[in-house]
Amino acid sequence: MNELDPLLGYLCLAALLFTCGVVCMATKRNAIGVLIGVELVLNGANVNFVAFSRYHPNFQVEGMIFALFVIVMAAGEAAIALAIVLNFYNNHSTVDVDSADELKG
Amino acid sequence: MDDLHPYMFWLIAPLTGLCAIATVITQNIVRSATWLLFTLAGTSSIFFLLGADLVGAIQLLVYVGGTMVLVIFGVMLTAQGPFITMKTSGAEWAISIVAGIMLFAVLGFGATHYVRSSAERAKETVPENPKDSRNSTTIGQGLLGVPVGPSDPKMPSQTIHYLLPFEIVSVHLLVVLIGAAYLARTKRRKEEEAAP
Repeated sequence: MNELDPLLGYLCLAALLFTCGVVCMATKRNAIGVLIGVELVLNGANVNFVAFSRYHPNFQVEGMIFALFVIVMAAGEAAIALAIVLNFYNNHSTVDVDSADELKG
Repeated sequence: MDDLHPYMFWLIAPLTGLCAIATVITQNIVRSATWLLFTLAGTSSIFFLLGADLVGAIQLLVYVGGTMVLVIFGVMLTAQGPFITMKTSGAEWAISIVAGIMLFAVLGFGATHYVRSSAERAKETVPENPKDSRNSTTIGQGLLGVPVGPSDPKMPSQTIHYLLPFEIVSVHLLVVLIGAAYLARTKRRKEEEAAP
């Protein structure tokens, strides 16, 4: 067995995190479960950024700075999404995303 | 340290992946949030393993310390009776798992193709330990407007810095703060009007 490129392991881990996040968003009926899926997706993207900052010569500083921006954006997104979920819970007494169909045409 | 790197990776990465899978397949929302906590901690140790100390520390502080507290507060405020475990039907599980496996196959194929195609080109240019330009001082300088990163050989006068995105993110966080406080506040006046 020839030597495995270490970058490939990190990329596969990021792909696994991304896939788990997408499946989590698709299967959870709880709105907070959907939010947890979004966090997983953003973490997969972050693993990709930091892995490329380690193993790509033109991406050493950029990867880490982009990862920092993604973390800050994810914090803001979680705050806004939880505010929306709590507002929906106050108005409808449920967190089931299937019941949020008032805008359905 | 470099000899230990593959072993540490094969210790941490499967644990992180298993925690992520457990986040998806558990039906209890409280357990799902707890598995997400372990996944985030594993990701931060992956960052430490990659030599990105500042990103790993900020992941621990902001994600594990801040965002997870938000998520757990959301779980606690809404976890009542039927909302703790919301069952998903078997057909939805089957479709989602098939779609997930296909997505993972596409992503894995793309990653393998990229690594194979760029292996020869990267072997010559990548230094073994690119640690000189990856410390937190460089990142802080880049965020404050000092040119960082590689200079483009076609346009050597062009400099790259990240002062404008840094400022935009600052204002964005202020907007998020105000917006979240506005959205999540209790609307007592409307209920009092509706009650009598």
